[in-house]
Amino acid sequence: MNAESTHMHEENYLKYQGKFKGLLGWIFSTDHKRIGLLYLYSIAAFFILGAILGLMMKLELIAPGKTIMEAQTYNGIFTLHGITMIFLIVIPGIPAVFGNFLLPIMIGAKDVAFPKLNLASWWVYIFGAIVAVSSQFMGDGPPDTGWTFYAPYSFKTNTNMLPAVLGAFILGFSSVLTGLNFIVTIHRMRAPGMKWLKMPLFPWALYATAWVQLLATPIVAITLLLVVLERTLQIGFFDPALGGDPVLYQHLFWIYSHPAVYIMILPAMGVISEILPTFSQKPIFGYKAVVFSTMLIAFIGYFVWGHHMFTSGLSEVSLVAFSFLTFLVAIPSAIKVFNWVATLYQGSIVLKTPLIWAASFLVVFMIGGLTGLVLGSLATNVHVHDTAFVVAHFHYIIFGGVGFAFFAAIHYWFPKIFGRMYDAKTANTGWGIFFIGFNTLYFPMFYLGIKGMPRRYFDYLPEFHGANILSTFGAIILIIGLTIIISNLIKSARNGEPAEANPWNGVTLEWKVSSPPSLENFEEIPTITKKPYDFTS
Amino acid sequence: MDNHENHIVPLKTYLLILGALLVFTFLSIAITLIDLGPLAVAGALLFAMLKTTLIVFYFMHLKFENKMYAIFGGVVLLTFIVVIILTFSDYMFQ
Amino acid sequence: MTQQIHRDDEGSKLGMWLFIFNELLFFGGLFITYAVFRYVHQEAFHFAAQELDVWLGAANTVILLVSSATIAMSISTIKMGNKKLTLAFLAITLLLAVVFLVNKYFEWGAKIEHGLFPSSAMLAELGAGDTMFYGLYFAMTGLHALHILVGIVLIGIVLLRVKNNKTTKDNHQIQENVGLYWHLVDIIWVFLFPLFYLIA
Repeated sequence: MNAESTHMHEENYLKYQGKFKGLLGWIFSTDHKRIGLLYLYSIAAFFILGAILGLMMKLELIAPGKTIMEAQTYNGIFTLHGITMIFLIVIPGIPAVFGNFLLPIMIGAKDVAFPKLNLASWWVYIFGAIVAVSSQFMGDGPPDTGWTFYAPYSFKTNTNMLPAVLGAFILGFSSVLTGLNFIVTIHRMRAPGMKWLKMPLFPWALYATAWVQLLATPIVAITLLLVVLERTLQIGFFDPALGGDPVLYQHLFWIYSHPAVYIMILPAMGVISEILPTFSQKPIFGYKAVVFSTMLIAFIGYFVWGHHMFTSGLSEVSLVAFSFLTFLVAIPSAIKVFNWVATLYQGSIVLKTPLIWAASFLVVFMIGGLTGLVLGSLATNVHVHDTAFVVAHFHYIIFGGVGFAFFAAIHYWFPKIFGRMYDAKTANTGWGIFFIGFNTLYFPMFYLGIKGMPRRYFDYLPEFHGANILSTFGAIILIIGLTIIISNLIKSARNGEPAEANPWNGVTLEWKVSSPPSLENFEEIPTITKKPYDFTS
Repeated sequence: MDNHENHIVPLKTYLLILGALLVFTFLSIAITLIDLGPLAVAGALLFAMLKTTLIVFYFMHLKFENKMYAIFGGVVLLTFIVVIILTFSDYMFQ
Repeated sequence: MTQQIHRDDEGSKLGMWLFIFNELLFFGGLFITYAVFRYVHQEAFHFAAQELDVWLGAANTVILLVSSATIAMSISTIKMGNKKLTLAFLAITLLLAVVFLVNKYFEWGAKIEHGLFPSSAMLAELGAGDTMFYGLYFAMTGLHALHILVGIVLIGIVLLRVKNNKTTKDNHQIQENVGLYWHLVDIIWVFLFPLFYLIA
């Protein structure tokens, strides 16, 4: 510590002037809080792109036949929608934004273990994103395989696949480096006295997620690299014409991409586990059970990938094993839901915007989870495989789960991040419209799927018209809600009422530092003596 | 924990380990030269695993590190083995 | 800002181990691919492997094992504060790494000259098993060679750091991490050798 650093304590991280000024002071900052916000702004920008693409798909589907675009345009749009939403938004999503901002503060540290690596991760993310999105504008037209890049079409199609695949490969590095950084941070930098079982649940969720990022991402990295070799050198592993095996591609792809679902959902669960105790003013029910189920979900999540391939011709032994394991992973998820509900029970509930989002998370996550069991069962899976039912299910989990948790998180930590309060009335109105729009958009798709409407077609049979109109109508409502929510957040970040250090009466460490936090978070590193959710005192 | 840091492995130990590694290498070649049929591959892999154990525990110092590293390594290995088994639950029973 | 963050060697080592786990699964994807194709095309793999020179593979194995030992020894000597011996061990490691790549270059060259490379007419004629075998051979040894190349750069950096007294008796975590990386590269080869050269 030198004289300069004592002076730095006084200034908050938003105002601090380092070596660079203005924008450069952000994009070259190694401060975990600024990096968190860099991710927030980039993810928000891509999210708006992805949402517009989604709306375009829904507008196309408002009537059978060609409505606003050609079939090939539609193929390109659902591919880019998937790539953007999955690789650019929900996979980095909560860990990159809120993990970066809050993990060090919540465990009583001044920064992550490797701040420069952390900044590098963001740069790699931006680089990967540019490469992936560039696939739309160069070469022979946008990729049209869907975000799964299934073999052999991904190397037979003449569209511009290489940048999309390489983009996803590069984005994987960003994810791995963030995960590695978080694991070391949690191991090495917890405040004195913060034993493992005194650590709050959001850091726990990030810890489990980081392991999945670290150990699952390399499998898809090598798989995507093989697709690149397939396109450039005709190496033949996935090409049936050369004796290769396209189903092996599916195995390798889902060995990563199913755990990736847990990369998305575990941090979301962590957010919910923070918000519910604060707004019930009551410790989380069954802290250890939540920790244990978090780690268990991460572990078992590796071994269920086959349920994406129930109609790909797996052996019967394999089918039964994967179906069984899929049911197994539902157990720890259910444990969490029971713990959350029990946390609310007899709490002093304060119905603020973050809790409204968290509570509605429970509703949509339950719908998504239970319909997941329909897909995990062998017999019913065959009926609804590759239909709108699947699309509805994973939007309930990914958009409903991760999206709702993301909005819960941004409202919950908004005062901390920006030092200002959001406008609660507008935020709640936005939520209401969004919630109605979300369910009107996706619920009819369960019905459509059961009735047999396949996914990824720009056209459908006339009998599906009614439900599709309803769904498109829901998409428009959802976009209106989204606009209200986001514009409210932008306005409030600029002109909102100044926030107190602890507006929600929270007890985790981030509420003990000023809003917004100072450059080094803590004047003095705290010593932890109590359990994480102790509301007495 | 930090006293592991100062542990200096004598050069002689490394030479001994290297000797063992070289012996295992030639043994693994030798057993493939005599015709053991399918067992030859299993034997060669067994020697590869033995060699890996020596490298990990001595060259990579795992023997002198905090136990946590070994546990992590074990979990990673276990995960990978289960993934292989599940993949083969498809290919073996086609 | 960085000068205020105190150096955490243990954290740095943990980070390196995590990276190694990540690398293991990166190659792991290829090992799964190998296992599947070897299971499906046992006969073809058996005969294709006869084309590879066991003794060239064995020579490269010895080279990497020795280089692993020398880099491990360089870490002992830096801890003893013996700069001269450390530089010598690192230089030997570097040299062996280069020799490995030279060998690899000739081996690949010979295969390509014989028309055994992905999408070659020869492989198309030989059939699926050989296509998969040589595809895997080039993909796996190629990725491994890429790691050797990175290793050469890293060992070179450490060599310069020791020379300029940046890596010293009291500050040698970077050298240890590079050592860990180099052993990982060695371990991958320890498995590649029997899987490609010894199954004939």
